Amino acid sequence: METRNHESGKSYKRVDAFEKVTGRAKYTDDLCDRNAYVAKILHSTIAHGYVKSIDTSEAEKIPGVVKVITCFDVPKNYFPTAGHPWSTEPAHQDVADRLLLTDHVRFYGDDVAAVVAEDEVAAAQAVRAIKVEYEELPFVLDVHKAMEDGAPQIHEKYQNNILAHTSIRNGNYEEASREPGLIKVEGWYHTPTVQHCHIENFICYAYMEQGRVVVVSSTQIPHICRRVVGQALNVPWGQVRIIKPYIGGGFGNKQDILYEPLCAYLTTQVGGRTVKLDVSREETFVSNRVRHSIDFHIISYVRPDGTYAARKFESFSDQGAYASHGHSIAAKGMGCFPQLYPCPNIEADTYTVFTNKSVSGAMRGYGIPQAMFAMESHTDDVAKALGVPPYEFRMNNVMPKGFTDGFSKNVNYYDTFRECMEKGRKDFDYDARREKYAHQTGNIRRGVGMSVFWYNTGVWPISLETSACRMVLNQDGSIQIQLGETEIGQGADTAFAQMAAEAVGIPFDMVHVVSSQDTDVTPFGTGAYASRQTYMAGFSIRQTGEMLKQKILETACELTRQMKENMDVIDGNIVRTTDGEVLMSVGELATEKLYSLTNNGHLTAESSYQIKNNAYSFGCTFVEVEVDIQACKAHVTDILNVHDCGRLINPALAEAQAHGGMSMAIGYALSETLLFDEKTGKPLNNNLLDYKLSTFMDHPDLKATFIENFEPTNPYGTKSLGEPPACSPAPAIRNAILQATGVALDELPMRPHVLFEEFKKAGLIQEGGEANV
Amino acid sequence: MYDMKALYEAESVSDAIRLLQEHPGAQIIAGGSDVLVQMREGKRAGAELVSIYSLDELRGVKMEEDGTLRIGSLTSFSHITKDPLIQKHINVLGEAVDMVGGPQIRNIGTIGGNTCNGVTSADSASTLFAWDAVIELTGPEGVRRLPIKDFYIKAGKVDLRPAEIQTGILIRKESYEGYEGHYIKYAMRNAMDIATLGCSVNVKLSEDKKNFEDIRIAYGVAGPVPMRAVHAEDAGRGLAVTEENIEKIGDTVLEDVTPRDSWRASKAFREHISKVLCKRALKEAVERSGGAV
Repeated sequence: METRNHESGKSYKRVDAFEKVTGRAKYTDDLCDRNAYVAKILHSTIAHGYVKSIDTSEAEKIPGVVKVITCFDVPKNYFPTAGHPWSTEPAHQDVADRLLLTDHVRFYGDDVAAVVAEDEVAAAQAVRAIKVEYEELPFVLDVHKAMEDGAPQIHEKYQNNILAHTSIRNGNYEEASREPGLIKVEGWYHTPTVQHCHIENFICYAYMEQGRVVVVSSTQIPHICRRVVGQALNVPWGQVRIIKPYIGGGFGNKQDILYEPLCAYLTTQVGGRTVKLDVSREETFVSNRVRHSIDFHIISYVRPDGTYAARKFESFSDQGAYASHGHSIAAKGMGCFPQLYPCPNIEADTYTVFTNKSVSGAMRGYGIPQAMFAMESHTDDVAKALGVPPYEFRMNNVMPKGFTDGFSKNVNYYDTFRECMEKGRKDFDYDARREKYAHQTGNIRRGVGMSVFWYNTGVWPISLETSACRMVLNQDGSIQIQLGETEIGQGADTAFAQMAAEAVGIPFDMVHVVSSQDTDVTPFGTGAYASRQTYMAGFSIRQTGEMLKQKILETACELTRQMKENMDVIDGNIVRTTDGEVLMSVGELATEKLYSLTNNGHLTAESSYQIKNNAYSFGCTFVEVEVDIQACKAHVTDILNVHDCGRLINPALAEAQAHGGMSMAIGYALSETLLFDEKTGKPLNNNLLDYKLSTFMDHPDLKATFIENFEPTNPYGTKSLGEPPACSPAPAIRNAILQATGVALDELPMRPHVLFEEFKKAGLIQEGGEANV
Repeated sequence: MYDMKALYEAESVSDAIRLLQEHPGAQIIAGGSDVLVQMREGKRAGAELVSIYSLDELRGVKMEEDGTLRIGSLTSFSHITKDPLIQKHINVLGEAVDMVGGPQIRNIGTIGGNTCNGVTSADSASTLFAWDAVIELTGPEGVRRLPIKDFYIKAGKVDLRPAEIQTGILIRKESYEGYEGHYIKYAMRNAMDIATLGCSVNVKLSEDKKNFEDIRIAYGVAGPVPMRAVHAEDAGRGLAVTEENIEKIGDTVLEDVTPRDSWRASKAFREHISKVLCKRALKEAVERSGGAV
């Protein structure tokens, strides 16, 4: 008999909706003591070199300045920053290459000194008054040049600046590519450096309490943060306490440890007084993390019948100045190459390379938006070379049902790609539009394009996957739930509440999610990344909910003298399942138990679950664009994402999640790029005016739809959705422009500058003359 | 928190002039949407400010007896857009300033600030150039008026003498009567952006709507300061309203514009867009004048 009430699957309002829209929700800065000291960082103004000396005398004279700390004052204690679960095996640990402040400057914007002052104005004045003498070294901004012999060496240990190089060899590419009659399609695809642009810049504050350091931080990963601050300060990890309040977005930038270690160190230098480090937007662009710019080279040998004979893949990932998440991003991008369009003969290589630029780290999609731009642009190029409609080519070649990945053991349990494509094709009216736009002339042209995307869920088996959960029953039958998984604006708390309600058997509004994580009290968990949380937390919520339910039923047995096995918790009541009789409410039970003079107790459950599964999460994007050739502009007139992320826990939030990713992807496709001056390495557009983050006015209505194939490995049948929506719009937009104009653009963003040059090459715009339209 | 030494609030135009005389290094602040941003960046750190923001006498649009339109320098962009006199006589100015930034900026930003800032990309500036606007300045020596093209000296520098403030922008009747205009802001986004190039044109058609009696073409970001495309105007004046002639006028702007290569856009790209915008703006202005191409 199915007794679980399905609180998951309903579009409940977010549990934090009213707090957030009324401005009552407390973020880091809202919580900080108004008397806190303010810290500001002096960033380097050269791209590569050594700090010879720092003169702080003028800065120290400024009224209100408390302390100036330079790179010569801090301990030389290297630490890693990536928001990965720690590994107790040294070979799997992240590269420890950061210092709190550094005298070896590796990018324009590196951290050289810090000021602690009584207020922001004094801190800013002091930063301007510090004089730094540098010994400049040659620098390199381009990955290919950085790999050349004789290029400036950025880190001692890494020859030719290569942080890592990994390969895949399946079958025999060389031999297979010599098969007679093959068509060779080759392309280079370039993706830009972009930044996350979360609304709330990174901010943290730190103070000392009872000899320990407390850091309140806008982070996605409080428990990882505790470990890294401990490593950076070289103190036992229990000496550090991290508190994570509501945060205004992170998108992966805050899946890195940014300035928490420095802020923690600064409080120890001013007697434990609260020190606030609020990073400006300009600094966020340059001195936090950015998305890897990756260059791809793909060669496909395809038979005239439209099957792949042999394929070659190379990618060159621009790491910037420090290792951060390192090679894992490029490796993830390469990893899906043999899977998306299976081909027996594959040769793939990927390189992650240091340059003297801002540090690349995690950003929504973790290498897959870049990889999809290359692979799915290439797919349209292959289809074009074959003279086959790109939709049909994908239908014939994309990963089949039953495909199993040998490494992750992921199984494509359904024919997900084809189901998503078919749904998108119908809902988007793709065939009719494709036909309509087939032969256009004139200046304004429309086109439709599509792209699929590959994604997975979480980091298993590369890293640990675990989730811990605590539930406490209140007098009224409501519960508090705590998890190490974090709300970062995506709606995680609401999904957790729905899953917990369902697991315990109580209504949704009887679940109170403790939104804030505090490493002193929150069960251990690794945080928000890898689109993992709803999937992973589902396991510990289901397990812990079941434990709590059993305790409730044991108590019900005491109180009602009914057999435990004959009862269930349904919709907040103890129900005798044999006849459906409601025996008492969970609230009555809890009150009785908490105040019982004979058999008193509080009901609570806590458990952790290690997840040894991963799950594919696939889908596609359909796009219509309108191109104004003379104005060199393309804009998206219609866009639809189709996802199979398993069963939806909250359909309205899932749709919103998709919209957010699509919005980011439109900016990625058409306007966003962080530029650096070739002569100095200085960032050119590190502000929201010059960096063209797309706005509401640059989007059409965003549409998302879902296929809900129950994910068999997960207790709620769900899987990843956080990052997948950002993966396929850019190549779909590119392919739509290809249909509209016949011009295959191989560089993001496809901004007017690029369109101008490419349209000129294609003869659509004639240099200095009339339009050829 | 701003690094400001002092803020003096003027109570009248003469008070503002007195304050500026007393504090010769002081920066005038109106809406603050430029000055405060610069202070935050540390560019004017420690500055003394004279605020003229409460001088309501400098707000609003009026028609003077001789038909001159007077726009008070403190009139906000959103007020200009919604003003009935603007809408009736020079609606294109209202449209142009409605493309500045976002709604909050348009509520606080003033047309006086936009022009005194001296930047070539200001959305109001190219349109005011097209209307042959006259800038009114009031200082210790009294009032002086000068054509807007003389007001702009070089990038970021306007002819504002010590202790002088801009009090009004004037558009004479002969400048607007019989003219229709169109402004195109070419930017990378549809909101929250500055122009990569801006083109504002006015046309006056013959009575039968067949000929260009007069054409005024102005640009922002086609040079260090806003400018008029005088060669193109000369080439077009008196021509028949035809597609070919509009193409010809548009191509002639290359004799006028002097954009530069920068990381924001290449010279070649800006030159191409200069032509495209001119042609499109001319066509739209012709249609607004009741003509047809």
